[in-house]
Amino acid sequence: MTVKDIATLLDAKIICCEDSLGRELHAACGADMMSDVLAFVKDQSVLLTGLCNPQVIRTAEMMDMVCIVFVRGKLPDENMIELAIERNIPLLSTKHRMFTACGLLYSNGLHGGATN
Amino acid sequence: MSNTITLKYTVSSDDFTRAGEASSTVKSKLKQMNLPPEIIRKVAIAMYEGEINMFIHANGGEITVEISPTEIVIVLEDKGPGIENITQAMTAGFSTAPDNIRSLGFGAGMGLPNMKKYSDEMSLSSNVGVGTTVTMKVFIK
Ligand SMILES: Nc1ncnc2c1ncn2[C@@H]1O[C@H](COP(=O)(O)OP(=O)(O)OP(=O)(O)O)[C@@H](O)[C@H]1O
Ligand SMILES: [Mg+2]
Repeated sequence: MTVKDIATLLDAKIICCEDSLGRELHAACGADMMSDVLAFVKDQSVLLTGLCNPQVIRTAEMMDMVCIVFVRGKLPDENMIELAIERNIPLLSTKHRMFTACGLLYSNGLHGGATN
Repeated sequence: MSNTITLKYTVSSDDFTRAGEASSTVKSKLKQMNLPPEIIRKVAIAMYEGEINMFIHANGGEITVEISPTEIVIVLEDKGPGIENITQAMTAGFSTAPDNIRSLGFGAGMGLPNMKKYSDEMSLSSNVGVGTTVTMKVFIK
C-alpha cells in the first residue's frame, strides 16, 4: 500500500508532501498518546491520530514514520505543516473517526505489524 | 582527541512547539555523518524522551551530545525540582504529569524506561530542589 492508497481509502485531504505519495507502507498504528507511540511502535510507518500538535510530527520523525493521518477532520496548523515539509512527512486529514479509519485500512490489507 | 564532536543545546521551558528541536537537529547531523540507521534511531528516541521530560518536568535545561568514533554520549542537565524516588520514576507507568500534559499526548510514565531501553548505558542522578542529570550512551560498535 502507498501513501496515495491510504488517502484514497480514507477519502483524505492531502495537506503536504505530494511528492512522497508513492512511498510504500507495511504497517500502521493508531494512538493519541505520543508516549505510547515512542514506547510501543516498532516498524509501523503510518501514524493515525486524533492529537494535533507539533509533537505529533516530531514523534513521527523520531520513529522514522512515513506518513501521518489526522482523524475526525483535524487540520494541522502552519507550524506543523512546515515541520512536516522539512522532514518530508506527508500529512493527511480524514473525516473518519479513529476506529473507522483504522478499520478501513485494516480491511484493505494494512496490518498492525510487530510490537516492541 | 579532535575527532570527538561536541554539540550543546538549551531547552527552553516556555515554547512547547520548540520542544524536540535539539533532538531533531542531532538526528539530522547523525544522518549527515552516515551513521547506521539503528544507531540514529536509538539516539533520536532516547534524546527526544529526555528533552520532552526537561520541558514537562524541569522548566528546561541543557543538553550536551558528544559524538566520538566509538560512542554517542548524551547528557541532559536541568535545575528542575529533582526526582524524589528514582526507582519509582523508572517504573513503567509511573507519572506525575498533570492532565494538561496528557492532553498534549505525554505523561504515560513510559519515557524513562524507554530511555533505558534505547540507550546502551544510562545513569540518572537527582537532588530534590537542585535538579536532575541523565547520562545516556549509545555505542557505535
Ligand atoms: N527531568 C526531570 N525532572 C524532574 N522529574 C522528572 C524528570 N524526568 C522525569 N521526572 C519524573 O519521573 C516521572 C516519570 O518520567 P517518565 O519520562 O518515565 O514519564 P512521564 O514523562 O511522566 O510520561 P511519558 O514520558 O510517558 O510522556 C515523571 O512523571 C516525573 O515525575
Ligand atoms: Mg517522559
